[in-house]
Formats: sequence, structure tokens, C-alpha cells
Amino acid sequence: MQNARDLKEYRGELSGALGNEFLRTAMDNFAVAYRASRAKAFAGMDVAGLVREIAQAKDQAMAHMDELFEEFKKNAERMGITVHLAKTGQEANEIIGRIAEKANVKRVVKSKSMTAEETLLNHHLEDLGLEVTETDLGEWIIQLRHEGPTHMVMPAIHLSRNQVADLFSEVTGAKQDNDIQKLVKVARRELRAKYVQAEMGISGGNFAIAETGTIALCTNEGNARLVTTLPRVHVALVGLDKLTPKLTDALRVIKALPRNATGQAITSYVTWITGPGECQASPDGKKEMHVVFLDNGRRALAKDPVFSQVLRCVRCGACANVCPVYRLVGGHQYGHIYIGAIGLILTYFYHGREKAKNLVQNCINCGACKAVCVGGIDLPRLIKEVHARIQDEEGHPMQSQLLGMVLKSRKMFHALLRSARAVQKPVTGGTPYLRHLPMIFARGQEFRALPAIAEKPFRDQFDAIKPRVATPKLRVALFSGCVQDFVYPEQAVAAVKILASHNVAVDFPMDQSCCGLPVQMMGEREASRSVAAQNVTAFDPAAYDYILTLCASCASHLKHGYPNILGKDPKLAVKVQQFADRVIDFSSFVHDVLKVKSAEFRADGKKATYHAPCHLCRGLGVTEAPRELINIGGLTYLPAEEEDVCCGFGGTYSMKFPELSAELLKKKLANAEKTGAEVLLTDCPGCIMQLRGGLEAKGSRMQVRHVAEVLAERLK
Amino acid sequence: MSDKARLADLLTEKAGLVSAIVSRVKTMEEAYAYTLDVCDKKEACQLLPSGCESDLSSDAGALCDAKLGKIIAAPGLPAESAKALGDACAAKGVTFITSGMRKHLAGVDIGFTMAQAAIAETGTCVIDSRSEELRLATMICEVHVCVVPLSVIRETSFEVEGLLRELCKDAPGYVAFVTGASRTADIERVLAIGVHGPLELHILLLED
Repeated sequence: MQNARDLKEYRGELSGALGNEFLRTAMDNFAVAYRASRAKAFAGMDVAGLVREIAQAKDQAMAHMDELFEEFKKNAERMGITVHLAKTGQEANEIIGRIAEKANVKRVVKSKSMTAEETLLNHHLEDLGLEVTETDLGEWIIQLRHEGPTHMVMPAIHLSRNQVADLFSEVTGAKQDNDIQKLVKVARRELRAKYVQAEMGISGGNFAIAETGTIALCTNEGNARLVTTLPRVHVALVGLDKLTPKLTDALRVIKALPRNATGQAITSYVTWITGPGECQASPDGKKEMHVVFLDNGRRALAKDPVFSQVLRCVRCGACANVCPVYRLVGGHQYGHIYIGAIGLILTYFYHGREKAKNLVQNCINCGACKAVCVGGIDLPRLIKEVHARIQDEEGHPMQSQLLGMVLKSRKMFHALLRSARAVQKPVTGGTPYLRHLPMIFARGQEFRALPAIAEKPFRDQFDAIKPRVATPKLRVALFSGCVQDFVYPEQAVAAVKILASHNVAVDFPMDQSCCGLPVQMMGEREASRSVAAQNVTAFDPAAYDYILTLCASCASHLKHGYPNILGKDPKLAVKVQQFADRVIDFSSFVHDVLKVKSAEFRADGKKATYHAPCHLCRGLGVTEAPRELINIGGLTYLPAEEEDVCCGFGGTYSMKFPELSAELLKKKLANAEKTGAEVLLTDCPGCIMQLRGGLEAKGSRMQVRHVAEVLAERLK
Repeated sequence: MSDKARLADLLTEKAGLVSAIVSRVKTMEEAYAYTLDVCDKKEACQLLPSGCESDLSSDAGALCDAKLGKIIAAPGLPAESAKALGDACAAKGVTFITSGMRKHLAGVDIGFTMAQAAIAETGTCVIDSRSEELRLATMICEVHVCVVPLSVIRETSFEVEGLLRELCKDAPGYVAFVTGASRTADIERVLAIGVHGPLELHILLLED
């Protein structure tokens, strides 16, 4: 639940969560175990193909939401189901309250429904004097504790067995020990009694199948079966997004949902309920059944050109399972009611700006969620879009406005960087780091040393090192990005050296500027668009075979971000596509295009490990090339644990949430150091800034280099 | 290997992964004998860790006290089969019921059912559960024994779609896909069996 009034309060809550050791250990174990069990569950399957099919089918269904609703209603009513449509959460609650009243219901049992969490149904029913009992074990536990879920599939993942034992001792009035198997059996007996007494059962619905009027439910505990069987009234509360035309659609999603949620091939129970069947608890021997569909913005969302894809969500919770920030702080801090990446987006639409405004800034943009989403939802982009909308609605903070203004003018931006270099002496003390930062810049930054501005930017060095190639094999334009231009020019210099050795002509268009990702991250859409347009214009894409960049973040933004940002601009649409099509990262270019051989390098077998930048391994799907280059270049590659988990940089994220950034970095460095390597290699100057700064701050001897640098210095 | 044999093996493997116990039987008589054997070896409510040994609130405790002797429930069996299983139960002193499940909500020892189909690739039994008695039998039993004729095993869920559609059409329907026992990992992600439903699932592959 989000109750923080501003970012400062929210940060305070995050710090509190970071201090919860049980939570941290539980989340770490979960993150690692989940990855393995998911991989095992999907082994041998065409996951990308399945995701595509699900996305297509969901998109098509959502485009026909109203027709599907009518079809479902017709078929369901034919079976004797009463179908309701609630425009708002409150309306849904009132409908269910009235059903209960009319049927003279006193006690309600519920199986898990995120939609009922969304509408805060329990509170409403309790206010009407009904006794409501959640029967999903996790939901029951958090209901007893009067708190919200911290995971969509495992709502009580934040609690220890001791906490549950104490809680159950209170509930039963008898001391319970902390043996999990015993605690589960206590719940079995306590809840069995509740089913027996209840007159109404409320379920959610994983699917509402239009062709038959069927509600389908996936559960492991089997509680939904009891909830929908024992009481004489059954109400299913279902979001309109669960409408689907055919049984096939449900069967297809079931192939992915349990695998993605918990690494299971299928849940223990899948229940297909079509109409009110026999019920001996009812005076007429027949169940009373209602389906309440919830709109709450879904019908409008279905028509939204940007956000309609959020309705593909199947509520598996995987976007939380892989999120490095969720892993640090847990669901109470990483969601309001809906949790994880999808929660950051849905909160804005279902619960409003006030609940979403802090939350939505807490995405490090690592793309881990997008990579596991079975609906193929572009979560990071939509999170940024919500952030931008909130800023447009509420006003932009001074800092991000300023940054936007500066970046929009390349000349002003570069002039500022140059003057910073001129005056930084007192803060660097002659070292390559900013040693004595004024407090205003240093808040929370002790975990890493920040680099100084380089003596001579890459753009001023380029003319002298530009390869003189008479008959070039390839023509390449270099996009340096700000960090390599002004902080680490030596990385770009190294790349040019390798390109020259392969007879490649290299240009460096001088009007290029920042790629715009930092302002995109801060929700400054206008600045982001303006910078993108400048860059596309600065490069004349048709004149080159490739546009090469050594920065993973720039590469992924140029390749995938630009067409999204500029693709609809009629003046730029063609050029931006040509531009994006030519963008390639350093490792792929050298490995796949130049096909460098080990004979070109002086091998020394130096032990090296690797950090896979988020925007390279997930943003561009490049995984093998850099690792093979390490060995080709004559070093010895030692794999580290969790190589593809974010280093915690995230650009401006690490300034906004330094404590979280520091924790991610700590884990990353520990894993790298555990390999015993002397050098940590990566493909992104942003990551290098973070990793090198962290090692410097802790006084480690491990070096951090760009792959290009170690290749160039071994070139024969 | 014939397709039938391959699917039976696949089902056995996949059901095993979720701790279902899969055995082969040649006849229904063998299935009854197997079931009584399981019933014989298991103790009534008290020794299975179903919660009664713990201190409970008075409501839940009363429910535990309501359970007496051993019960096999098999609603929905054809009359002839029901008679045969009933006779076998009588011989062992086990109560056999085919209805009145709501009088036994504290639990029965064994629920005995026949699957209409099975999905090999996930180890799933597909059971037409529109009968409330049958449905309850599979929910409140401590051990669920499900007979799956080899001829109804299909490889994927898509191959049972036609049957599913038939069972969902025209008259109120309730179809259950059952894969393994009732499970949860809601406390510290530790797997625990039997949170609400059966503590064990036995699948008997019947030659036909």
C-alpha cells in the first residue's frame, strides 16, 4: 500500500524495508530459486512463440471487449448465471453487497481474487456486517494481520514462520509451534469450519470464456473448489480483461501462467465452472450464481493506443519475481495493491496518481520484467510513460526540467561539461575521481567514487585518430554517448583502433549529443523527443553501413526507443527507422561482423569476469558475443553468479535512490569478486562508472574495463 | 512403443513430478483392492497430519471430533461398480458411501473417482465434477484415488478441448483438472501438501 505523501517519505519507507533482514534473505533466496525453476519449467518449449501467440490473442480479445461481454452474458444467462457489469470498484462492491443482502448471507468465504483486492471488497462487506474469510492460506494470513499482499501469487512472502505461528496462536487461542507443515494443517482445519458455515463464496476468475459462459480458476490449494461448491451462493468478481473468446485461449495461457508464476507445469487444480449446478445447501437444490464484471477503466484502456497492452497481464507475478528493486524492498514498497512492474502501471489507472507518483519513479529500467512477461508487455516503457504523464499533470520537478532544458541544446550541454572540467581540480585533487563533492551533490553517494571529467573529450581527439582508409571494407559512424565522449574517451579510442585494424572507415558526426535516455527516464518527454531528433539528423544514416556505439544503454535506446519516440513524426519516420536499423553494439560488431580471430591478439590468460549490461543482454538480446570475445582476446573468462542482474546504475536512478543503487552494486561486486578474476569486463560506460566507482570506494584491487579496451591493448 | 504406452509412460513421469502415485491395474477389481489396501494402511484422520493433533479453536476442533471410523466415498460410480466396491469395503469393515457428503465435511479417508480424460504432458486427470457429491468427495477426502483408463489419455490439453467444450455446454457444468495433491508454498515458500484438499493423489492406469 502506498501512503507516502512525497518522495522523501517514500524513500524513508524504502530504507525501512532495506533494514528488514528476514525480508532481504527471503527475497534473495526466492529470486535465485525462481530463475532456476522457471527455466526448468519452460525447458524445450518455444517460449517466444508462445508469448507472441498469447499477446496476439489477448490484443484481439481486448479490441472486442464489448462484444465478448455480450457473448459471455448471453451464454451465461442461458445457463442461469446473473451477469453484472460494474463501472467502478465501489459499484462492484455495492452489487455484491446487495446480492448478499438479498440472499440473507451472513458469512462469506473467499478464494483469492486480485480484482477483489483492487476494489477493497472485504472492507465493504465487513462494513455491511458480514463476516468475510479469505481461504487462500497467504491471503488468510494477511487478512488476519490487516495488511495487503506483497506478491500477487504469494501474498504473504514477506512473513516468517514465526510470525505466522504467533498469528495462529492468537487465532486458535492455543500455542502453535513454528513447524510449517503443522501450521498449514492448522489452517486446513480452521478454514474447513469456515466453508461449512458460509452462505456465500466469492471467487475471482482467471478466465471468462465467452463461447461457453465459463469461469475458469487456477489454484494450487483447491480452496476455490470449496468456495465455489459448499456455500449456496457463488459470486465471481472478474475484470473485463479476463474475457476471452474460446476455451483454446485459456488453455494456451495455462501453458504459460503457472510456469511463469511458480515454475509449475500446471496448477494443482484448474476449475471450469459453467453455470449454477446442484447445491444441497440451497432450499431448491440449486446454486445461485453471479458473475460481476469490473470495468474501473478497463474499457477505456482497451482503446488506448499506448496502454491497451497492459490488459494482456495474466497476473502471474513474474515481473516482481525478477525485479531487482522488488527483491530489495518487497511488495509493500513496490506496489499499492497490484505489485511489481505491472503494479507500477496499474496503480496509476486503478488507484490514481497520488498512489502512483512515487512508486512509478522506482523503476531502474533494467528490462528484467519485460524479458519474462508472458504477455510480452513492454513494461519499462509504459512505466516511463506513466511517469511522464504524472509529471505533465502535476508539474515537472525543477531538476528534471533543468536537465531537459540543458540537454535540448547540445552546445549548452557540452559547454557546461567543458567548464566543469576546467573547475573540477579542487574536487578531484588530481585523481580521476571527484573526491570532495559539495554536500548537495553527494547525498547518499558514499558507496561509489564518481569519476572526473576527462582532460580531453573524445570529440576533440577524433580528428587525430580517425583511420585513414583508402578502400574501406565498411563505413561506420560512431555514436559515443556522453559518458564516453566526456568521461571515458579512452574506450572509444580503443574501439577505433580495432576498427582501423580491420579496414573500417569511421566517422564521428560532431552534432551528436546525449542519446536522451536520462531525460526519458525522468519523464521529460519533450526533451527526449528533441534530443532524439537532433541525433537522427546529425547522422545521415543512409551514408553508413553501421552506427556503432560502445554504450549498451545508448544502443538499446537508439535502436528500440527512437522508433517509438519519433516513428510517428512524418518528417523523421523514414530516417529514424534507417538509423535504428543500423545501430549495433560494439561486441556484436566486432564478433559477428568483423569476426575477429584469436590470432590477432596477444594472449596472456588474465582472469576476467563479466557483467552483462541490462540494455545489452535484454535490451538488445546480445549474450554470447562479449563472453566469446573475452576468450578470443586472450583472457580467461570466469563466469560470475547473476551476471545479468542490474549493477544498480540506472543513470539518474542511482542519484534518486542511492541506497537501493548501493545495495544492488554491493551484490554485483561480491559476485564478481567471488570469481577470483583480476578484471571485471563489461560493455557499457554507465555500468563501468558504477562498478569502478564501487570498487574504488571499497578499496578493491579489481579493475573494471570495457571489452574494447582489453581487446585493443592486446591487438598484435 | 505404441502411442498408448508412450502416453501412459509420459503421464506416469509427469504426475510423479508432482508427487502423485501412479500404478497400473488390469481390472476395476484390482483398482478396488488397491484402494482398500491404501485405506487399510492409512490411519483415520488422527495419524495423518491433518491438523486434529494440534490445539484448535473450538469450531474447528468440533469438526475433527465429528469424524469416526474409516470412510470411502465414491459418488457417481455406475451402479455395478459401486456395488462391487461397496462389497469390498464391507468385507474390510470400511464404511462405503455414494452420497451425503455434506454430512462428512470433517473429511473422509478416500475419494474414489473415474477420470473422463487425462493430459499426459502435465500428469493431469480431467474429471467431470458436475455432481456435487462427486466434487465434494474429491475435495474433502484425505486420499484421492482416480482411475484413468489408458484409452482416455491425451498428450496435450488442446486435445481434451473438445471434451471440455462438451462438458461446458448446454447444461451447468463443473470440470476439474486435477494435478497432484492440494499444495501451498505460502509460508516461506516451503512446499506443504494438503492445505485444503487431498493429501495424496493416486492415479490408477486401467488397461482397457
